[in-house]
Amino acid sequence: MIFFWAFVVGGLICVIGQIMFDVFKLSPAHTLTILVISGAILDGIGLYEPLIDFAGAGATVPITSFGNSLVHGAMQEAEKHGLIGVVTGMFEVTSAGISAAIIFGVIGAIIFKPKG
Amino acid sequence: MGDKKKQKLKPNQQQYQAFQQKRETKRPIFKNCVKAFLVGGFICFIGQLISTFYIYQFNFTEKTAGNPTIATLIVITMLLTGFGVYDRIAQFAGAGSAVPVTGFGNAVISSAIEYRSEGFILGVGSNMLKLAGPVIVYGVFSAFVVAIIKTILTQWGGF
Repeated sequence: MIFFWAFVVGGLICVIGQIMFDVFKLSPAHTLTILVISGAILDGIGLYEPLIDFAGAGATVPITSFGNSLVHGAMQEAEKHGLIGVVTGMFEVTSAGISAAIIFGVIGAIIFKPKG
Repeated sequence: MGDKKKQKLKPNQQQYQAFQQKRETKRPIFKNCVKAFLVGGFICFIGQLISTFYIYQFNFTEKTAGNPTIATLIVITMLLTGFGVYDRIAQFAGAGSAVPVTGFGNAVISSAIEYRSEGFILGVGSNMLKLAGPVIVYGVFSAFVVAIIKTILTQWGGF
C-alpha cells in the first residue's frame, strides 16, 4: 500500500511544482526554492513527519524533504546544546543529499564528456 | 502587466503588448500536470522500492532509509545525466523530474560535466552548485529560522 501512496503523494508534490511553473510562471530555481522553504516550515509545525510515515518515499524523495531534514538536524542538536545546536546540527541529517550530489557530480565530470 | 505600468507605454507599445499576449502559446497546463504527476510519482515509486530494499537487506528503519535512498537515486541520476537520458525525461515531464531529489542531482551533475572544459578547480568546482545553490542557501536559511523559532518556543516558552 505504501507504494501506492508514495506514487500519489510524490506525484501530487510534482503537480504543485508544475502549477508553479505554468500558472505562476516561476523559474525552476524559484519553484524549487519555494518548495524547500515550505518543507522546512511544514516540518517546523510538525506536519512533515506524519506525511513521511504515510507516504514513505513519496515524501522523502521530493526536494521538500531537504528542508525537512535540515530542520530535523538542527532540532536534534538544539535539544542537546540549545540555540548553538541550531547552527552546528543543521547538516547532520541532510548530508546524504548534498554530499552525494557533490561526490557524484565530480565523478560524473571525470567520467563523462560534455555533449555538443 | 499593471495599469500603472501600462500608462507609461506609448500607444504602439501597448498594441504590441496586446498582440504579444494574444500570440503567446498557451501552455497545456492540465496535460503538463498529468505528465508531472505520472513521472514524479514513478520516481517516488522507485525510491520506495529502493528504501524497501534497504529496510529488508541492511536493517534500516523507515526513518533512516531516506538517506541511502536519496544517495542511490543520485547515483542513478549521474548515469542518466551522463548518457543524456535525463534531459529527455525532463523535457517530457517538466516538474515531474525537477521536483524529486533526482532533479537536484541532475542540476549539480550536469553543471559539473558542462564546466569540465574550464578545468576542475575553476570550472567544475566553482560552477557545480550554480543551479542548485539557491536551493541550498534558502533551504539552510529557512531551516535556521524555523529551528530558532521552534527552539525558543519549546525550550523557553514551555510548550
